[in-house]
Amino acid sequence: MQYSKKVMDLYKNPKNVGTFDENDANVGTSVVGAPSCGDVIKLQIKVDENGCISDAKFKAFGCGAAIASSALITDWVRGKNLDDAKQIKNKEVADYLSLPPVKLHCSVLAEEAVSKAIENYKSKQKKTEE
Amino acid sequence: MIYMDYQATTPCDPRVLKEMLPYFCEIYGNPHSSTHAMGEEAATAIEKARKQVANIIGTVDTKEIIFTSGATEANNLAIQGIAKFYKERGNRIITSEIEHPCVKETCRALAREGFDVVFVPVSDNGIIDLDFLSKSLTDKTILASIMTVNNEIGTIQPIDEIGKLCREHGVIFHTDAAQAIGKIPVNTENVDLMSISGHKIYGPKGIGALYIKGKSRLRLAPLFHGGKQERGMRSGTLPTPLCVGLGIACEIAQKEMKEEFERLLKFKNYFLKKIFDNLPKVYLNGDKEKRIPGCINLSFDGVEGEGIMLGMNDICVSSGSACSSQTLEPSYVLQAISIREDLAHSSLRIGFGRFTTMEEVDYVASKIIEVVNRLRSMSPIWEGQ
Ligand SMILES: Cc1ncc(COP(=O)(O)O)c(C=O)c1O
Ligand code: FES
Repeated sequence: MQYSKKVMDLYKNPKNVGTFDENDANVGTSVVGAPSCGDVIKLQIKVDENGCISDAKFKAFGCGAAIASSALITDWVRGKNLDDAKQIKNKEVADYLSLPPVKLHCSVLAEEAVSKAIENYKSKQKKTEE
Repeated sequence: MIYMDYQATTPCDPRVLKEMLPYFCEIYGNPHSSTHAMGEEAATAIEKARKQVANIIGTVDTKEIIFTSGATEANNLAIQGIAKFYKERGNRIITSEIEHPCVKETCRALAREGFDVVFVPVSDNGIIDLDFLSKSLTDKTILASIMTVNNEIGTIQPIDEIGKLCREHGVIFHTDAAQAIGKIPVNTENVDLMSISGHKIYGPKGIGALYIKGKSRLRLAPLFHGGKQERGMRSGTLPTPLCVGLGIACEIAQKEMKEEFERLLKFKNYFLKKIFDNLPKVYLNGDKEKRIPGCINLSFDGVEGEGIMLGMNDICVSSGSACSSQTLEPSYVLQAISIREDLAHSSLRIGFGRFTTMEEVDYVASKIIEVVNRLRSMSPIWEGQ
């Protein structure tokens, strides 16, 4: 697979690899994809008192594009409020990384991971309010 | 660059190239023009090559060898040729679940034309289920096509047993030996048809051969119509340099096979020991014993194959993962041996061959260990292991 330099750099030195405590009320967690399909992204966001994403981390089982997309999107969501973070589209990720067409779904997966992590955070907040 | 993808193809051996060169610009006569010396000379070279090909599969009758453009054409000619010629005899064709696409898709095409194609399963070790095969041999069966050595996992099928079973039932037996020639001893005693490829044995790409047993008095419907070269079974002017290349490639492979087998076996044992000593949860796909030493297929739990390959850009290997295929489907061979679904995506095929050195084997093992450890540390499905 011929990847862009940006993909290769993020693959070699991925930023934001790691995990937060899933039980922390300020953490939203998502796991998307399936091992049987060859791709799984686990993505976590940490939200501060102003409703902004203060930090984000990921782990990925998948190809170089999946790793690079996750590393990039965890970078992009940082400092954004939840609504803005949700606006990040897979196309922006794919364009920035110049992903080949067969690898577009890896960026879709990254987008999905962000939106599911936000949902998870929100549902946790609702529960603590109740 | 370190090349470890010897099942995909091999470099042309310089000794092969040297033999081929005169037949491009100097002895360029049409080998089928027997009216002049230039044609005669080309024809003589081709007949010598035919002899060399016959030798490596242990036959003496050169009339049994037909040159083709490769194993793909040889397989197509054998399977379609028999199916179409003998369709009055019956309509069942038997093959296996792990055949190369050129056999699998040929059989599928025949199924669409109404043939009753049976895909015999393999056991989890990648060896054909002989019981299933034997039960599938009905009196409506005309042909069985089972490969000698699998190209993805390197397992060796019991060709003699299969051939005998077929003979007992009056079924014509074809084997695709593209990955077996020059690696293990191959003979045609129990085989009616056998396919050979040049570029898997350090010969040129674009040439192969089909062995057709004379004693079986087989007739094949040709794929190409034309000048009736190759006894009418394969029309078209033979490519003299390529035929010469295949011939000398067979001769060298035959001469060096025993030594080469031992050398690659040593590499394989060293490589596997180093990997298993340093990485937990790595699985060798395919039977531990009934395999050629130069084809190693491993699954690395927790990491994805294309991801591994990307971490070692200076090394050429291949993977059965979906991410590395255009279709986004994992390898059907790995599915056929029923390995855990995620492990199919975690596979690498590492191929050793004639120009592989011990230093390379050691380096590649170290590199794989390093990359797999790094990727496991960032894998969500390896967490907590
Ligand atoms: C088992 C097997 N059969 C057939 C082929 C096709 O051979 P060729 O490239 O000579 O058509 C290959 C190689 O790709 C192979 O590995
Ligand atoms: S994770 Fe499978 S193609 Fe990217």
